[in-house]
Amino acid sequence: MAVAEAGVRVAPQVVEESVARKILRVLAKAPVHLLLVFIGVLWLIPTIGLFLTSLMSPADISAGGWWQIFSKPSIATLESYRALWENESLRTALLTTLEITVGATVLPIVIAALAAYAFAWLDFPGRDWLFIIVIGLLVVPLQMALIPIFSFYNAVGLFDTVLGLILFHTAFGLPFAIFLLRNFFIGIPKDLLESARIDGASEFRIFTRLILPLGLPAIASLAIFQFLWTWNDLLVALTFGRDVRPITVAILSQLSEFGSSIEIIAPASFISLILPLAVFFAFQRYFVQGLLAGSVK
Amino acid sequence: MSGASVSAEPPLREAPPPDVPAGESRWRRWLIAAAFLAPAVILLGIWVVYPAIRTIIRSFFNAAGDHFVWFANFEELFTTDLLLTAIKNNALWVAIVPLFVTSIGLIFAVLTERVRWSVAFKTVVFMPMAISLLAAGVIWRLMYIQDPNQGTVNAAIAAVKGVVEPEGALPTAEPSSPQLVGNPGSTLTLKTPLDPGQVAVLGLSAIPDADVPEGAKQAVKPPAKPDGITGVVWRDFKPGGGKIGKVEKGELGLPGVTLELKDSSGKQIATATSAADGTFAFERLAQGSYTVAISGDTFAQPFAGVDWLGDQLITPAIMIAYIWVWAGFAMVVIAAGLAAIPRDVLEAARTDGASEWQTFIRVTVPLLAPILSVVFITLVINVLKVFDIVLSVAPSSSQDDANVIALAMWRVSFSGQNDFGVGSAIATFLFLLVLPVLALNIRRFRREV
Repeated sequence: MAVAEAGVRVAPQVVEESVARKILRVLAKAPVHLLLVFIGVLWLIPTIGLFLTSLMSPADISAGGWWQIFSKPSIATLESYRALWENESLRTALLTTLEITVGATVLPIVIAALAAYAFAWLDFPGRDWLFIIVIGLLVVPLQMALIPIFSFYNAVGLFDTVLGLILFHTAFGLPFAIFLLRNFFIGIPKDLLESARIDGASEFRIFTRLILPLGLPAIASLAIFQFLWTWNDLLVALTFGRDVRPITVAILSQLSEFGSSIEIIAPASFISLILPLAVFFAFQRYFVQGLLAGSVK
Repeated sequence: MSGASVSAEPPLREAPPPDVPAGESRWRRWLIAAAFLAPAVILLGIWVVYPAIRTIIRSFFNAAGDHFVWFANFEELFTTDLLLTAIKNNALWVAIVPLFVTSIGLIFAVLTERVRWSVAFKTVVFMPMAISLLAAGVIWRLMYIQDPNQGTVNAAIAAVKGVVEPEGALPTAEPSSPQLVGNPGSTLTLKTPLDPGQVAVLGLSAIPDADVPEGAKQAVKPPAKPDGITGVVWRDFKPGGGKIGKVEKGELGLPGVTLELKDSSGKQIATATSAADGTFAFERLAQGSYTVAISGDTFAQPFAGVDWLGDQLITPAIMIAYIWVWAGFAMVVIAAGLAAIPRDVLEAARTDGASEWQTFIRVTVPLLAPILSVVFITLVINVLKVFDIVLSVAPSSSQDDANVIALAMWRVSFSGQNDFGVGSAIATFLFLLVLPVLALNIRRFRREV
């Protein structure tokens, strides 16, 4: 009896001790968790601020900050978004952005994949030197091309055209695209290619049937990068477009008369970042992989 | 293949197998390669290589492009105030931002290393990388609005300040008569010293109705007390005006005001608080002369907001926005490097008695050095080319003060001035600055292969 009692008494003591230890362990880590939560909130606030501002009427915006919505949720309204939708020029700007982005994503991928295959698996004189030049072009600031291309576009009628913007983005996306794809393609097992060659497949057939499918992860990374670069571009469109203007340029022109037009700028900016964010969330894995594969640009 | 194998002809990979299908000539193989390369070579040639060379040549010609002017454009670059500001600002950017971003990235990566929900944290911090720098600029332009009622940053500062040094009850009040002296917003002192038995009359005006403290009653001039100084602090104003310096019917006392009593040497010896009718009293005073003052707290101005977007703070303000965008990049890349460090190396250090901090500084950081330098260099290149975010955070009034090289290049070339000579010189200068990185990249590539 006494023994049993003692045993009963001892047991909870042991449990208690381990619980205490557990609590201690959690407590010891608590500062880190709290700090991370704090930083996370800090990092989110600016974007949330923009979003909530975009849900407010001009009168409420001038009356106070976005945090009003927490105390008075009833002031939230989609009015600004409705107005935005009825704003012809901003709608056109979104459409233009989409056109430029699709063109400037597909074209460089196709062209770079062809070149990357040659660099990885075809033999020709001067291959290594040519590739080193491509790596060199990685860091050429696009400012180096603005003035000559501006004159060139004016001369050949590419100024203020979607095609002109697509071609510029394509050319400046190529070095990174070739670099990334070549490094991926070269890791494809050699045996696969050799057996295909022995079977008599043409290089083009090998490229379309073997390399492209196997290179899909790298191509996906690249597509996301290229998409984000062109979607988010301001400088190129600002230089080579006047009437053809993507959303970034449209927002910038509103920005020059800031204060009076927050109710346009806030929702327009939010709309402009919602698609890149969606792409980022959907393909985060590829994005990070691409980043790690070539954080040089 | 280590760093030692940097030869003239880097061995990229083994030569292609000799058993190429028979009948296929070398020429044919070259032709196929050329076909694969042609689109890329043509695009790069016309849009990148040729323009780059043109820009370098163009930088030696005048604005119209018809006169060779040697280095005159570069001279202008280093002597024009506006362009010098751009270079100075960009130097600051390079000196500050990459270091900050890399350090923050390292700290975040280490903090999240052993946290279970690190993916959520990383996603949040990395998110700004996906949005345009223009949108990021708009976001921060909203954050930086000066009015603490609207700008988030100033609202946060105001909230902290409100606790540390709260706003005074009567921030706008002014003395109603020249008897009270002091600077606006600080202590107001009654000019003439008083002896016990006298009454202090402290009239204030310029107080809006909304600021009159709750519970204020008709002001009363208190009776004198032989061993003390009594007085009244009141709103020396009534509809229609009233007489200055006289407590009249319809004028309200100001309750809750702190009054200070100082002796002849200026030392504060007592404080009192005014009652609902504005009266106060300092009692049991020794003989002597005293001065009465209204405490400066009463007039403490409300926080007007830091002028982030003004000419003084604009560059640091934009830098903060930029760090917000890029910290996630640094964190993700460094975290990947951290994950690749072999655990047993760290364990060995700890077994040898190294503390966490020593392990971090002596083992982790040196092992991460290559990754840290990649992040740092990436940031340096990007910071040298910073453009969009400056244009969107800085209002046009402070854009000259926030100027950077890429913005100067664009403004000189395309926004009215259209000086392609100086514009080309600025672009060439920018190119020269990133040139060392080009050399570095090539060396790294050759080592890798």
